Amino acid sequence: MLGDGIIIASALAYMGVLFGVAYYGDQRADAGRSIIANPYIYTLSLAIYCTAWTFYGSVGLAATSGVDFLPVYFGPTLMAVLFWFVLRRIVRITKVHRITSIADFIGSRYGKSGLLAGMVTVIVMLGILPYISIQLKAIAASFSLLRQYPEVTRLVASTQHPAWMDTTLYVALVLIVFTILFGTRHIDNTERHEGMVAAVAFESLLKLLAFMLVGVVVTFVIFSGPGDLFQQVAAQPELAPLLRFEVVPGGYGGWLSLTFLSMMAFLFLPRQFQVLVVENVNEAHIRKAIWLFPLYLFAINLFVLPIALGGRLIFSNGGVDADTFVLALPMAEHMPTLALLVFLGGLSAAASMIMFETVTLSTMVCNDLVMPILLRVNPRWLAGRTDLSGLLLGIRRVGIAVIILLGYLYFRFIGESYALVASGLVSFAAAAQFAPPILVGLYWKRANRLGALIGLSGGFLIWAYTLLLPAMARSGWLDTGFIEAGPFGIELLKPYALFGLQGLDQYMHAVFWSMLVNIGGLVAGSMLGRPDPLEQVQGSQFVDVFKRERHDGDALLWRGVVETAELYDLLARFLGPARASEVFDRYARDHGGYPLRADSRLIHYTERLLAGAIGAASARVMISSIVMGEVLSIEEVMTILDESTQVIEYSRRLEQQSRELEAASAELREANNRLRELDRLKDEFISTVTHELRTPLTSIRAFSEILLANPGMDVEQRSKFLGIIVKESERLTRLINQVLDMAKIDSGRIDWHIGQVDLRTLIQDAINSTSQLFNDKGATLREDLGDREVIIAGDHDRLTQVLINLLSNAVKFCPEQSGEVVIHLRAMATCWRIEVADNGPGIARDQHKLIFEKFHQVNDAHAGKPKGTGLGLPISQKIVEHHGGRIWVESEIGQGATFVVELPRRA
Amino acid sequence: MANKILVVDDEPNIVLSLEFLMKQAGFQVRTAADGEAALAAIATEQPDLILLDVMMPRKNGYEVCQAIRANPDWKDVRIVMLTAKGREVEREKGLALGADDYITKPFSTQEVVERVRELLAEAG
Repeated sequence: MLGDGIIIASALAYMGVLFGVAYYGDQRADAGRSIIANPYIYTLSLAIYCTAWTFYGSVGLAATSGVDFLPVYFGPTLMAVLFWFVLRRIVRITKVHRITSIADFIGSRYGKSGLLAGMVTVIVMLGILPYISIQLKAIAASFSLLRQYPEVTRLVASTQHPAWMDTTLYVALVLIVFTILFGTRHIDNTERHEGMVAAVAFESLLKLLAFMLVGVVVTFVIFSGPGDLFQQVAAQPELAPLLRFEVVPGGYGGWLSLTFLSMMAFLFLPRQFQVLVVENVNEAHIRKAIWLFPLYLFAINLFVLPIALGGRLIFSNGGVDADTFVLALPMAEHMPTLALLVFLGGLSAAASMIMFETVTLSTMVCNDLVMPILLRVNPRWLAGRTDLSGLLLGIRRVGIAVIILLGYLYFRFIGESYALVASGLVSFAAAAQFAPPILVGLYWKRANRLGALIGLSGGFLIWAYTLLLPAMARSGWLDTGFIEAGPFGIELLKPYALFGLQGLDQYMHAVFWSMLVNIGGLVAGSMLGRPDPLEQVQGSQFVDVFKRERHDGDALLWRGVVETAELYDLLARFLGPARASEVFDRYARDHGGYPLRADSRLIHYTERLLAGAIGAASARVMISSIVMGEVLSIEEVMTILDESTQVIEYSRRLEQQSRELEAASAELREANNRLRELDRLKDEFISTVTHELRTPLTSIRAFSEILLANPGMDVEQRSKFLGIIVKESERLTRLINQVLDMAKIDSGRIDWHIGQVDLRTLIQDAINSTSQLFNDKGATLREDLGDREVIIAGDHDRLTQVLINLLSNAVKFCPEQSGEVVIHLRAMATCWRIEVADNGPGIARDQHKLIFEKFHQVNDAHAGKPKGTGLGLPISQKIVEHHGGRIWVESEIGQGATFVVELPRRA
Repeated sequence: MANKILVVDDEPNIVLSLEFLMKQAGFQVRTAADGEAALAAIATEQPDLILLDVMMPRKNGYEVCQAIRANPDWKDVRIVMLTAKGREVEREKGLALGADDYITKPFSTQEVVERVRELLAEAG
């Protein structure tokens, strides 16, 4: 029912559809309307991670070790969490430097090192072969199984046939043709393949659909729901352990190492790097992929366990390879359409991986391996050719064919003896070797080429020794004796137990040693080696990619001279004349023409375009072959770079300064307001002083004029008027003195004569000076001063002034003839207290503070204000405070007032 | 009949000097020491002219001036403001509130008498 014809025709038709999608994608890209420029396509394209390994191998693994298939998906999920920090940085760097592949990335980071890029390419080639081989194996096996429909039998290993009868070989050959058609239709300066990405996104949907369909059919059609399925499994004693964690080989340590491996592989397998980084259209897409891609992984893994367990139950005789359960189950249930769909799903998962991986790899081989060698070995021959784009395409096509054929050879001679997953992990471990030079290089400027070379080659050798060689030995190509007993019988060098490290599974063991050597070598080499200028510049540009505003630091290294025409010729040779004139025109448009003799900017522009076509290292060599001139020293380059960093810093400081200025101007405004207020107060003071001066002056002038105009005035009236004139003159004098005092105290220009002062005698003096006032008003004064000297340090005259002021105030406010003033001198704990109490009208509480303000006089209900200057209390307060004391009033309306002065014992 | 002058000031000596001058010029004189006393005196004594100090307790000169002008019965009363604050704004303010003249302290005795006479002559 499912003859070869139908199977092959549907396979070819499906490839045709994929090709159509790719073609359409390219057309749209050329028209400038990209169909892959959205986060969903981006996320789906990441699902190229799910190959035949996922499609067939996960079930195979789950059938024997339960949930052990999961770490390979935990890794990417964890990595997705780190996308925003790690991947975004890598993407930004890649865009800025027009990086075309992972080899290019590592080479660029370490001073555009061709050697390093070449080494990465070699590692990738060797490391990826097991991975490619399992895809070929999966396609061939699924094809062979399906053509026996409806029989489901265990397959004879295809390698037992001669090569020309081996289905896998033909699968490989067909894939070579398709890959060349897909991936090398034209050469692009950006090395982006929009059409292929679109095709991958499409096939990611198909494989998910097919796999989930099988899962649903197994769970709900063959069995009646997950409950039924798991019950049947639990009932079988040899299957029940699969539902528990204990069957996982290697335990938690194994999980950890697998998770780590898949984290690194997810980012650093060449095709992953390609879709994640190089094909990324917009950094913002990463944000969506962070959660969307783990969702895809979840969906495709949902039915792995049900299918695996279902397979174990149905093929309980062990007659079917668990790696093929996905296909065998629909066949056994006689569902030809579903079986065909599954076959296509698996085919597309495997084929897309092979095609993408080999296209990526062939670009690396061409740019980082063949071109540098050609440039070195026979530059003249290369220089003589006018159009090299054909040559580049040729190299890539040959590369594709060679890589796929090598994958086939690996399969035929080694891979057949391994399960899908086991071979895949060998490749993962190889890809993980790129993690240290890339990740460390992203954050540590000092990481240099020497370190990367030592680390990478060390890690690679360990990988080869602990994983690749044993694989070859097991396949019979090497004597297995060195595995069991160590090479030459040296136990310490056993590849699965290096230096006596035992008890780990082989992957964890390999990861441990290779990472140790890799990172150790990187750090040690970086500490020891002296980087050249280009390495330093590149290191600093990679690490500071988000900080710097100019990304042409490496351009500064070009100070040589070259004719623009020469640059054009060079570019035209690799990109073709049409594309070369296009990009030169664009340059002219953006920069207002181009100079006859190229400046460093134009040289750099050309270099980057060229790097897109032949890789950074080769581009560097090509450009330097035609640019004559000196190379800037590292100091000069760093100076120029620092200048641009300084500009950023400077503008940051400017912002800061403008903020500070704003704050300062706010302060100034505030100060200005304060000054204005002070000014207003001063105006008021002057106005008040003027008023106070004019008042006595008015009387003096008026009576003087009256006396002058009336010479015949009677004696009594004349002497009364003269008395007034004298009193008002005294008032005027007092006022002027107090204003001057106040001004001196306020401005701090007063001279204090501090000496030993006896408060008792001082009070006595003040009483004597005011006795006339008391007599005039008929007031009595009682004194309670104790009988001992009270010595403090103070200004005798000023303190006397305070007491005279208080006493004269007291008597002034006393009622006529019945005034009573009491003065006390008391010893307190830390001070001396003087109290002056009167029996006057009292002072309202709200006035208690105000009366110590200048010119504030109590305006009370009593007509006729007492004569005063309004300065007595303020001056007294200043004097007391200067002595470290306090003055205040205690009073209620109608109950007299008590003024209290406290002077500290140690003034 | 001699014109009646009300002298209002809280400085007794200034009141005394103005009282002497006005009496000498032939006017009847009444005195008051603050704003409220002044308003009471106006009601009872009906003066023709008031010499009114500005800075006083219990209703200052401006308030008294305002109160007088607010009462139509007293519209013929002449008001001369006396102030020790020499600023132009004070003068403007006094005139705006309805004062007829404005004299700054310390004043010339001769001038005060002349101004008072002029104002009363104008009034007829």
